[in-house]
Amino acid sequence: MSVVEVQEVEAAGHLTGRRLPKWGTPTLAGGALLIGLLVQLTGWTVIGLAPGVVAAVVFLLGQAIASLVVEGRRHAKDRIATTLIYATFVVALTPLLWILLTVLAKGLSVFNWTFFTSTMRNVSPRQPGGGILHAFLGTLEQVGIATLVSVPVGILAAIYLVEFGKGRLKFWISFFVDVMTGVPSIVAGLFIYTALILTGILQQSGFAAALALCILMIPVVIRSSEEMLKIVPNDLREAALALGVPKWKVILRIVVPTAISGLITGAMLAVARVAGETAPLLLTTFLAQDINLNAFNGSQTSLPTFIWDQISRGTAASVNRAWGAALALILFILIIYAAARILAARFAPKSR
Amino acid sequence: MSTSTDETAQSAADPAGIAGAAIRAGDRTFLGLSRGAGILVLAVMAAIAAFLIWQAIPSLQANSANFLTEQAWLPDQTPSVFGIAVLAVGTLVTAVIAMLIAVPIGFGIALFIAYYARPKFGKALGFIVDLLAAVPSIIFGLWGLYNFMPAVTSFAQWLSEYLGWIPIFANDKQLWTKSLLMAGLVLAIMVLPTISAISREVFLQVPRTHIEASLALGATRWEMIKMAVFPFSRPGMISAAMLGLGRALGETIAVALILSAVFEVNLHITEPGGNSFAANIALKWGEAGEVGRSALIASGLVLFLITLAVNMIARWIIARRKEFSGAS
Repeated sequence: MSVVEVQEVEAAGHLTGRRLPKWGTPTLAGGALLIGLLVQLTGWTVIGLAPGVVAAVVFLLGQAIASLVVEGRRHAKDRIATTLIYATFVVALTPLLWILLTVLAKGLSVFNWTFFTSTMRNVSPRQPGGGILHAFLGTLEQVGIATLVSVPVGILAAIYLVEFGKGRLKFWISFFVDVMTGVPSIVAGLFIYTALILTGILQQSGFAAALALCILMIPVVIRSSEEMLKIVPNDLREAALALGVPKWKVILRIVVPTAISGLITGAMLAVARVAGETAPLLLTTFLAQDINLNAFNGSQTSLPTFIWDQISRGTAASVNRAWGAALALILFILIIYAAARILAARFAPKSR
Repeated sequence: MSTSTDETAQSAADPAGIAGAAIRAGDRTFLGLSRGAGILVLAVMAAIAAFLIWQAIPSLQANSANFLTEQAWLPDQTPSVFGIAVLAVGTLVTAVIAMLIAVPIGFGIALFIAYYARPKFGKALGFIVDLLAAVPSIIFGLWGLYNFMPAVTSFAQWLSEYLGWIPIFANDKQLWTKSLLMAGLVLAIMVLPTISAISREVFLQVPRTHIEASLALGATRWEMIKMAVFPFSRPGMISAAMLGLGRALGETIAVALILSAVFEVNLHITEPGGNSFAANIALKWGEAGEVGRSALIASGLVLFLITLAVNMIARWIIARRKEFSGAS
């Protein structure tokens, strides 16, 4: 701003330069909507763009030009950026609501008592009916085993990183934990297949599937547990050590109990993350149409693989079942997720 | 090396040996257990590479075509013929489409949450975006196949009609679904939460003083973001994008459901066709014979190495930045 401009602004009695009036943006938005409506009604199109897109472009350009004339280039840029950033948010919310509402609507239409209490035994793909009981039990069992293996390993590794780790070993473990979170899920399945099934140690079974889930779950548990252990105040550790308590007892009696709710929350979020995994299960188990509670022998279906199976059958009835199972899976994950969040909010250790 | 440092630290903490032998044994067991769990991570990463290489070798030896350039995938035929050209192109194209869309939008959401929304509202929005990350990929696939794809077909038609003079948008088949473009769009939605969550964390670490200083000097909000936020968070933004890329490259089920798997390199992204490493493994696994599975493992190894490289670079950028900025 030049000296003359500053004087002009001061002479007008304002500290800021000229701004668009408050009613400017709503008016422009209204105008853009009207033009959009016009496009919609007349069917007259600009290079085939949809009316909504035309309205958005008109609004963006109109506001930029108005701002450029009244406020100057810097504010015009700021307004364009603001509009675009608000727009990204709308763009992000759209698919989420779209997915959730679709799954809700289509899933609810097949939900009934038998859907939860029966299996696919003796139900042909074209026939409506049947249920997800076997798949739900399979998910519970596979995810349960994965949790039992991953949570102790993950928390122990996190304890190492926070309480003991030093130097290069700590750096490399920490680094590869992060890298491991990025291992594609299908690769986890391939690994269990090559390392345990091809070598004859395991059959294709629910347990093999659970181990594949562990590969995906362990790094998540380590990372979240590490964060939780880090916010346990050091005073507590020092006070206990000063009283002569051995380090392992400090960890087990002081550090872990203080962070326990956070550790549980982290574990539950990891469960929510792997409960929907499909790809590794396809390589490590066969699909069953009936209940099989034995994770070590025979085929075992879970909710994600049930959905995959029903989609691949492609009949109207089976796709409906896929939507029903999708809703059941989302509800299952959301319940775990919400429980974890509530637990975290209520019992989170107070960081200072 | 680290073993000795740990143990020196232990004895240094108890120089007079006041604590009994039993106590030290307890410490040592506990240290051993927890360090073992940590080392397990390194061992698993090494084992993944080792086992995939070991099981990929038989098919690579049987392969009579060039593994990198062959377009067909017939590993179980004699002589065995397969290559990853189609898979590599499909994976790359879908990931690039996903990145082109998801990176700017992801940063936009993160900026909105960090600097535009009110703090409480922003927190709620962050939670909602995280929810998107909790939706399983099979549900993205189901929704993508039956809802998303029919709805955006008109967009693909528009692209080929008005931008068809650009070769990649040309559509000679007059079919617009099950294309690389569709898979890329769904992938964009799937990686959005990854990119926005990480860049949000990075944006929130920008020192308050930098932001206030630039605003106090009269910068508009956008100028503040451009001059104070972006320079500070550039490494974090790069690694957020790369972690999103890693996820897009490895996504299996959604892509497998959306693409119509064709073994032909077709760069017309609005036409049906294309394939990706991960989707091909899921689709071909059931019908594959011994050599076929080994060939799929070989392609999985390539995928693993690519995602490993992408993730390692991303994490390395973050780790380096931590050292310099002192941010935790």
